[in-house]
Amino acid sequence: MRWIWIDKFIDFQSGRRAVALKNVTLAEEHLHDHFPGFPVMPECLMIEAMAQTSGILVGEAKKFQEKVILAKVKKAVFFDYVKPGDTIKLDAKIESIAPEAASTSGKITRADKLIAEIDLMFSHIDQNLGGKEFPQENFVFDTGTSVFESLLRDVLSAGPGAADSEQGQ
Amino acid sequence: MAMSRDEIMQQVQEVLVDALGVDDDEVTADATLMGDLGAESIDFLDIVFRLEKAFGIKIPREELFPAENLMNDSEFVHNGKLTEKGLAELRERMPHTDITAFESDPDINKLADLFTVNAIVNYVEGKLEAA
Repeated sequence: MRWIWIDKFIDFQSGRRAVALKNVTLAEEHLHDHFPGFPVMPECLMIEAMAQTSGILVGEAKKFQEKVILAKVKKAVFFDYVKPGDTIKLDAKIESIAPEAASTSGKITRADKLIAEIDLMFSHIDQNLGGKEFPQENFVFDTGTSVFESLLRDVLSAGPGAADSEQGQ
Repeated sequence: MAMSRDEIMQQVQEVLVDALGVDDDEVTADATLMGDLGAESIDFLDIVFRLEKAFGIKIPREELFPAENLMNDSEFVHNGKLTEKGLAELRERMPHTDITAFESDPDINKLADLFTVNAIVNYVEGKLEAA
């Protein structure tokens, strides 16, 4: 089973932009240790949430035919803590996309307050082998990972921007 | 309005500072991207994307950093050195780079040293002139 660290997409414009929500809860066990008496979402997990939002956006742009892996964290700047009970919005944009890689920029906000700026690079590894062999099957966007489908079902079938209006945003 | 070489250098410097997390003063004209500035393979694509944005140009893959393809071709590489044919190919593919010093000992391990800040400035200058 895949570990999914975002809860839903509220906007998905193929090849351009994806906006996802993540609800943070005290039921997440790591928050009890990070830190005892002062639970805050670890910054690395904010990068993970952005990597999933951006990575699915990049994967979908090539109809999930490429194995898209995170290759570089270009920028990660944090401006505020995220605490249990918060809903964070992850807004990712494709800046450049080529056959072998893509670069994205992203902002995390909580009720319009800027929490983080996270810019990433993804490699399409089959186009970037450098002499190394990777498995034939697409282990990133396996057809069995129905969880991706469920995440995307509503936003993709509704068409660009449609999810936004549903949310009344 | 055409950009002067100094202006191009300044922009290239900015791109490399952002892409590689290095200081301004490290990005000298002679600095090599891999040896001096610590660039890795994915950084080259990052640099290409950033240059495209900064200068509004399109950079086809293999045009700015063409060495990768050469190294995997046995016609061009023999015993860890570039052959005459390999050198000819390199000259043709990298007109923006001075390979005179490399030619005397065309060890493929030294190929990385050809990717200098100056080579990028030359490349961008040529691209902007052609545009």
